[in-house]
Amino acid sequence: MLKSKLAEYVDSGDLTVNLTLRELRSRYKKSFLGWSWSLLNPLSTVIVYSIVFAFFLKIQPPVGEPSGLNNFAAFLLCGLLPWNYLQGSMNASMGALIGNSNLIKKVYFPREVFVVSAIGSLLVSFLIELGVLCAILLLMGNMVLPWIPIVLVLVAIQTFFVLGIGFLLSVLNVYFRDVQHLVSIALMALFYSAPIVYPISVVPDTAHIAGMAIPLGTIYRLNPLVQLVESYRDAMYDLRFPPLLSIVYLIAWSIVLMVIGLAVFQKLDFRLAEEV
Amino acid sequence: MAAAISIEGVSKTYRLYHERNQSLKGAIMRRARVRYESFAALDDVSIEIPAGETFGLIGENGSGKSTLLKCIARILRPDAGTIRTEGKISALLELGAGFHPELSGRDNVYLNGAILGLSRKELNSRFDDIVGFAGLEHFIDTPVKNYSSGMYVRLGFSVAINVDPDILLVDEVLAVGDEEFQRRCSEKFAELKHSGKTVVIVSHALGSVRNLCDEVALLEHGKLIATGPSGEVIDGYLSDVHVDRVADGEYGSRWGSGEGKIDRVEILGANGAPATDIHTGDPFTIRLHYAMSESIPQPVFGVAIQTLEGFTVTGPNTRQAGAVPDQLSGTGHVDLRVDRLMLAPGIYDLSVSLYDYSCSHAFDFRHRTMRFDVERGNPVEEHGVMALGGSWEGAVESVHP
Repeated sequence: MLKSKLAEYVDSGDLTVNLTLRELRSRYKKSFLGWSWSLLNPLSTVIVYSIVFAFFLKIQPPVGEPSGLNNFAAFLLCGLLPWNYLQGSMNASMGALIGNSNLIKKVYFPREVFVVSAIGSLLVSFLIELGVLCAILLLMGNMVLPWIPIVLVLVAIQTFFVLGIGFLLSVLNVYFRDVQHLVSIALMALFYSAPIVYPISVVPDTAHIAGMAIPLGTIYRLNPLVQLVESYRDAMYDLRFPPLLSIVYLIAWSIVLMVIGLAVFQKLDFRLAEEV
Repeated sequence: MAAAISIEGVSKTYRLYHERNQSLKGAIMRRARVRYESFAALDDVSIEIPAGETFGLIGENGSGKSTLLKCIARILRPDAGTIRTEGKISALLELGAGFHPELSGRDNVYLNGAILGLSRKELNSRFDDIVGFAGLEHFIDTPVKNYSSGMYVRLGFSVAINVDPDILLVDEVLAVGDEEFQRRCSEKFAELKHSGKTVVIVSHALGSVRNLCDEVALLEHGKLIATGPSGEVIDGYLSDVHVDRVADGEYGSRWGSGEGKIDRVEILGANGAPATDIHTGDPFTIRLHYAMSESIPQPVFGVAIQTLEGFTVTGPNTRQAGAVPDQLSGTGHVDLRVDRLMLAPGIYDLSVSLYDYSCSHAFDFRHRTMRFDVERGNPVEEHGVMALGGSWEGAVESVHP
């Protein structure tokens, strides 16, 4: 059973590539600026956030240690690009099965392919954006090149992470359409739960609520998203190795999410062609 | 011979929802229990389909034949039972499934090919064949949204037939299209059959199933009724459904100015009574009951017999026969009497008409007003739409005196 499933995944390699290309080719079809949008989107976000957080709220970006870099836009982008990849993947996977209902009803192949190709096309955009970010960092004098392998390892871990969530959300959204509304609320909260627009130093170690001391800093750092953003920033902004514990923690989360995601997907796949 | 597909005790139940519940709130309020009624689309069906055979699944609408095909294709999963298959399966349930309108024909060939299970290498080597067969060399870099529906279907079919599977599953939707397209389909199926592929066809068109298939399985309300050589099963099926069929009410379209009407159409058998079964070679009478609201000069009565695919087998009228009255009013009937009905076994549609003498103004036209079945009779001729009723002579005389 497992073996035949694996063989099926291997056989679907070409199809996954083709569906990913379909997503990529059609994404900016008929738009005047085409692929530039992939870069203009994060750029516009950076401008807005820089004005609000760096200029209005006077948030000081931490000085890169040991890089010495001190630039809010660079600081922001190191966290924002991975976040955009996560957010985009969650949204895309919720539409991955529903948007392909016609295919699901007419042709058989492993339905996981839809989720993989939806996220795969976003992975391609993410890698391009990271490439541009690296160029910007180099122009700022941040010698990021030796750290690229670490960044790629983080991208790989994050991809497993979002695939797990993606499998879960894609199939749940078929059965309960208000998953997408829940997710949009969750995404808003998640965005501020990680040090993307603010440095982690502003989070107090302990908070006193109703007379009790709560170890807020520790709880805060249990969020895998915090570890993920901090690790990207370690490699690209500070130019140092992320803590090994963070990497192990993230890998553990990816595995757990992947196992849960695939298990739920397999279970709910049963009536997919009828329900979608 | 080894079975290409073995179906054992397969059941499939659909859920008919009373209240579609796709919100969490609804699910929680009902404690995650959704109210639905079960509907058994397939009930304990077991069939062995030998490798290299062309196999037909027949039955009325709702008999479960398409559900079974989708279960074999693994689009649906049975609730009970197992389906084992040997070799690569390709299912043609829709042409051009997964075409993306904004992408070019070229991109869509690769996309659709991959969806149907072709690797990039296989597609590269077959690309020219696919485009050539579809006849779309000049348009292959045009987005498919600019294709006509004919071009769209041709490209879809062309990709699909080049998949080269061991087992091909075909739904009857493929039978739509122009005659040229249908001929290509038939040719391709014959080719597959010769090269030893297993083909499973779901169809209403009994005539083509009879010619194409070695064996058929008859399904009714999700149960397997009969399986065996196609001729036997189809004849059994026809004699079963037949009586209902002659009594079938009007289901085609009707138009005309209405000064005169054909109220009722009857098919009469040998003794002048309404026929209960019709066999090749039997005496056969079509009786048209007319009612004129005013006196109509030189009315022309006509009938047409068509196959389900829309091919007109014959279309006699009273003008060509030189049997036109000067005036006709009130009510009465006109008979078309046939001594020996030379239609081959199959299902036919009857259309009737009442025209003026120029045959340009219709008083009443009842298109496909009645469907009837013709069963095997004498002469025993099963292929095509008509029986010639000839006799074989010469060296065969001694075999059949």
